[in-house]
Amino acid sequence: MPVTEKMICITCPMGCTLEVTHEGETLLNVEGNTCPRGEKYVKEELTDPRRMVATTVKVKGGLHPLVPVYTQAPVPKPRIFELLAKIRQAEIEAPVEINQVVLEDPLGEGVNVIASRDLPEV
Amino acid sequence: MSQQLKSKYDVIVIGAGPGGLAAASAAKENGADDVLMIDRDLELGGILLQCIHNGFGVEIFKEDLPGPSYAQHYIDKAREVGVDWLLDTMVLDVTRDRKIYATGTDHGFVELEADAVVMAMGCRERTRAQIKIPGPRPSGVYTAGTAQRWVNVEGYIPGKNFVILGSGDIGMIMARRVTFEGAHVARVLEVMPYLTGLSRNYVQCLLDFDIPLQLRHTVKRIIGNDRIEAVEAAQVDENWNYIPGSEEIIPCDTLLLSVGLIPENELSQKAGVALDLVTGGPFVDDGFQTNVPGIFAAGNVVHVYDLVDWVTTAGLTAGKRAAQFAQGYCNENPQYVPTAAGENVRYVVPQKIDPETLTEEQIMLQMRVTQPMEHAVSIEIHDGKNLIAKKRARYARPGEMASITLKGRDYDAVRQAEKLEVRIVPK
Ligand SMILES: Cc1cc2nc3c(=O)[nH]c(=O)nc-3n(C[C@H](O)[C@H](O)[C@H](O)COP(=O)(O)OP(=O)(O)OC[C@H]3O[C@@H](n4cnc5c(N)ncnc54)[C@H](O)[C@@H]3O)c2cc1C
Ligand code: SF4
Repeated sequence: MPVTEKMICITCPMGCTLEVTHEGETLLNVEGNTCPRGEKYVKEELTDPRRMVATTVKVKGGLHPLVPVYTQAPVPKPRIFELLAKIRQAEIEAPVEINQVVLEDPLGEGVNVIASRDLPEV
Repeated sequence: MSQQLKSKYDVIVIGAGPGGLAAASAAKENGADDVLMIDRDLELGGILLQCIHNGFGVEIFKEDLPGPSYAQHYIDKAREVGVDWLLDTMVLDVTRDRKIYATGTDHGFVELEADAVVMAMGCRERTRAQIKIPGPRPSGVYTAGTAQRWVNVEGYIPGKNFVILGSGDIGMIMARRVTFEGAHVARVLEVMPYLTGLSRNYVQCLLDFDIPLQLRHTVKRIIGNDRIEAVEAAQVDENWNYIPGSEEIIPCDTLLLSVGLIPENELSQKAGVALDLVTGGPFVDDGFQTNVPGIFAAGNVVHVYDLVDWVTTAGLTAGKRAAQFAQGYCNENPQYVPTAAGENVRYVVPQKIDPETLTEEQIMLQMRVTQPMEHAVSIEIHDGKNLIAKKRARYARPGEMASITLKGRDYDAVRQAEKLEVRIVPK
């Protein structure tokens, strides 16, 4: 059964509202996109939506009790909470260096979780 | 990193966020020998340290970095060029003749002097008092930025069930952030008929997690005595009056306010700097010099920016001009031409420009529109009689800054203009 729904393209700040007709993962029609990148966005959203994830990890002996971390590349949207649960269990030691790998490929997707700042020891 | 504090500097920068970091490095690179940054925080980086989400640096680095990574780049830069800094130190007063009084842990109360000063104190959040929400005053009502610091830096989450007032970016980003930490966000309420933040944040922070947004809705009353227990939300009409019968009680244990930022200019005013009532920041020229000679301003103290990249760019200009002022090279007698907000424009920064600048560099005018224009627009600069420059944009929205750049070829037209009126009109 084809369904028609509204989606917002976030590829650029314009944020076009798209009218998308699809049957499951198969795209049938897109309207409202100002440029061809809108269609590409919809295809990805229907088949494999991905997001960057940024959160914090516990740190022992650092200037703050947490250090901010993020995924080096977007991860599958349905697995965000699974990833967050893994990150919540981790605890690392200060000092932390920017871009240090905090969790190596926790989802088996080839994406590391890295620190977004230096955190000195105190 | 300033163990041997001097009593006199070429340039002193107040605030070490992205605006201050850029200004200090640029001052050093443009010939100022002794440059000092002062910040009340324990670390350099300003508000970016708590903005852990991606979305910074798209213009400058063509990369989508988290706030702390963006800050680190400019912290490393300041260290590399040899800027000095004084942390955990609050600036209390600045005078017209550029004396600075501050107090901090390392040196106690100090009096410093500078040939040029850059104000880079950022902005602060509007609070409940400024939007006048009626009802009792229980705990559990915080500004979104305060909650952001607790969650992202200090490791506390202030509640389990949130209502967020305001669809600005900080509010939407906090909705996702507390959802990541296991809390529930019952509702985001926005009094305006349109989203005030970016649509990408609407998709990635609210839609992705099924967090409902209601436009034209606000908090009519706060319920609860010791701790907030619920809010009474209501719809408003075009005149911002509550629509009877639209009231709804939404249970919650925390209300976050994301209702706007105000440039932090108490120190500027003490130094005699005149403020523009529309921007909340000082009147500045194209080098970000205020009406007080030798006092410059950079970043969110001037007006609230939407992208940190523009804060950095503005800081670089302010720092360079501050260094030139300190060394005595600057146009002694500029024949300023004022800018003005025309049709559909709320304000223009800078408020005046020295045409001679165009013989050396370009000048970017930045502005905000009064209401959303969801169609192609033309951004135009008129001198009253003639069109001086124009540019096309696909749309214009109050939440996103618009800009137009004057170039060397516009020099003659600008020199002869009485004013530079910026209009944003349908194409
Ligand atoms: C709570 C909050 C959240 C934000 N989140 C985002 C976001 O998610 N994305 C985005 O693009 N933008 C965000 N912004 C906008 C952001 O502020 C700017 O992009 C940028 O950080 C502004 O840089 P700045 O250097 O002007 O100010 P800031 O980064 O605010 O730095 C100002 C510095 O001045 C210091 N200071 C102030 N007064 C004194 C004094 N009297 N003495 C000594 N030091 C002083 C402060 O401690 C601070 O370190 C946010 C702003 C706020 C307030
Ligand atoms: S469809 Fe094209 S113009 Fe519209 S938001 Fe997507 S990328 Fe931007």
